[in-house]
Amino acid sequence: MNHAYDVSHFLAGLMLVASFALLYQDRVLAVLRTFALQAIILSLAVAWEAWAQDRPHLFITAALALGLKGIIIPLALHRMIARLGIHRDVEKVVGVGFTMLIGLGLTALSLLLILKATAAAPALAREGLAIALAIILLGLLMMITRRNAVTQIIGFMSIENGLILGATGARGMPLVVEISVAFSVLIALFVFAVFVFRIRERFDTVDVEALEQVRGDK
Amino acid sequence: MDQSAYAVIIIPFASAVLLALLPGYRATARLNVLAAFATFLAGLRFLAVDRGVDQWFIVDDVNIVFIVLNTLVGFTAALFSASYIGHEIETGRVTVGAVRFYHAMYQVMMGSMNLALLANNIGLMWVGLELATLITVVMVGLYRTPEAIEAAWKYFILGSVGISLAFFGTILTYLAGQGALGEGVGAMSWSLLYANAAHLDVSLLNLAFVFLLVGYGTKVGLAPMHAWLPDAHSEGPTPISAVLSGLLLNVALYALLRFKMLIAANPAAMRPGPILIVMGLVSLIFAAFMLYRRRDIKRLFAYSSIEHMGLITFAFGLGGPLANFAGLLHMTMHSLTKSAIFYTVGHVAQAKGTQRIADIKGLSASHPGLAIGLGLGVLAICGLPPFGVFMSEFLILTTTFARHPWLALLPAFGLVVAFGALLLRLQSMLFGEPNEPNHEVKASSIPFALHLIIVLIAGLYLPGALVAWFQRAAALLG
Repeated sequence: MNHAYDVSHFLAGLMLVASFALLYQDRVLAVLRTFALQAIILSLAVAWEAWAQDRPHLFITAALALGLKGIIIPLALHRMIARLGIHRDVEKVVGVGFTMLIGLGLTALSLLLILKATAAAPALAREGLAIALAIILLGLLMMITRRNAVTQIIGFMSIENGLILGATGARGMPLVVEISVAFSVLIALFVFAVFVFRIRERFDTVDVEALEQVRGDK
Repeated sequence: MDQSAYAVIIIPFASAVLLALLPGYRATARLNVLAAFATFLAGLRFLAVDRGVDQWFIVDDVNIVFIVLNTLVGFTAALFSASYIGHEIETGRVTVGAVRFYHAMYQVMMGSMNLALLANNIGLMWVGLELATLITVVMVGLYRTPEAIEAAWKYFILGSVGISLAFFGTILTYLAGQGALGEGVGAMSWSLLYANAAHLDVSLLNLAFVFLLVGYGTKVGLAPMHAWLPDAHSEGPTPISAVLSGLLLNVALYALLRFKMLIAANPAAMRPGPILIVMGLVSLIFAAFMLYRRRDIKRLFAYSSIEHMGLITFAFGLGGPLANFAGLLHMTMHSLTKSAIFYTVGHVAQAKGTQRIADIKGLSASHPGLAIGLGLGVLAICGLPPFGVFMSEFLILTTTFARHPWLALLPAFGLVVAFGALLLRLQSMLFGEPNEPNHEVKASSIPFALHLIIVLIAGLYLPGALVAWFQRAAALLG
């Protein structure tokens, strides 16, 4: 049992490290690779939970995380970035040091909050949940600090990684598979088909600052 | 549980498939209305259906109110949409292909809202709300103008953040029940959660409620998480603005109320009331002042929706049978009146070719029918008698006054401020010299008239059966 405990913490910890890396990466392609790495670690973590909790249907979620978010979406985004010619773009991340400090603060906050609130729950679930919340908050932070539509979407997808991690860590939670499918459909539908192309089509850029000059209330 | 109850979910999803396959926008527009009407009949059937639960669905007095309202406004909005979209195609703002997509999405949106309302499972409810939100994101971006894309993008970002936080709250709720309910699908069902509310883990439940409040509160449009709402209302097609204001905000509020019922049933957990009261008041007063600076007609009414959702949240936060009754009544009246206003606003914007309030002048001379409609709608939403909104606002204020006299001053102040702003704008649009352009509009006045007649009747006389029904729902809400 100790073994199971260590492995799932190790994988969750790696995902958290990837979230921090996402915060400071300034090249679009590097952000994309870090995200793919995080998704692959997620699929390992979910597969581990499926094995340790003896819930084979969680393997579907793991396969989905690996196939869709670890491989297909990064590849498709990669092609799109190449086609838009923004693969060399260096995105100015405002105040890396400051952002990292806030990130540390958010991680500490989620640990304190969850560990305090779940004093009665089994240790594995509560610590997994605390890390999941940290990943979610770091994803939110990334969405706030980024100004590029592609990196904002990657921020959203990393939030989703944290959610799936939290849901699989909650022992015996039903509907996890269905919800992970719903999330994946969401991303597949929106990320590509609708937004990025339309933004590109209209503004010749994926910088959302171009959007902010357009306000309906003049 | 009665099997026929599933019809409100099955009809929309089945007709969505059909609508996606059929060519031609006239036929699909008619089919859309027909499907919405069939769903409305299925919704009316709920008045007679047995209350009960099964593994996935729950029917009680609370969600019947929402379902009947949802299917009614869904039907009239489809009716309005048919005449509105026809005009949009003639003026070339949308393509025929986009309209086909639009009709199919409309039905998916209705179906998923009904799914969220009927679900006897916190996970399933989340899926329904998520689906409905995402569909509206796509619909808001339908015109593909830079403004529409900005609005859809903002809505997508804020909406998905709300979705994520609400989902985290859902996981926490499940964990709170794990000790008492064990594992599996049953542990996420409303019926079991309510039955065992007193045995849930208190600290997890409190934490869960905070996440759910921020997550679903974003969708209700409570300040300060409201930023998506005015953009999404003003840039999308008007039928969607009507459905957003009239329905989707309610469904999100319903989710919040369900969780409030759960946490209120646990004596050791925190009191959700004061938080809801504060958030409601902040939204109400903030939106009332923001009304003065609006230059876009749809944004104006979007802020008015924030204001009213704030008032409704305030009433539910106050709690107790009387305040809950007033809150439910006000929610119903607001849905009907606000969607009726958006129907008229849609035609006004088409007639004048603009949404800028400054460019809309002298409607009473150029389009008397629209002017009367807009005037009556605004008077109703301002809470003037004899309309139903007056009655529900009056009930909310008197209930507050009876319990916390000083507290009643704040919502009253907000309502007066909003009243002034709306009348000011209305006056400038209705009177004065009519300006160009003045397009012909083949407006169907049936949806608008239907809503306003209901609101008027409710203001004059509430049938005893309706009062008894709302009272039962209010008692359940705690």
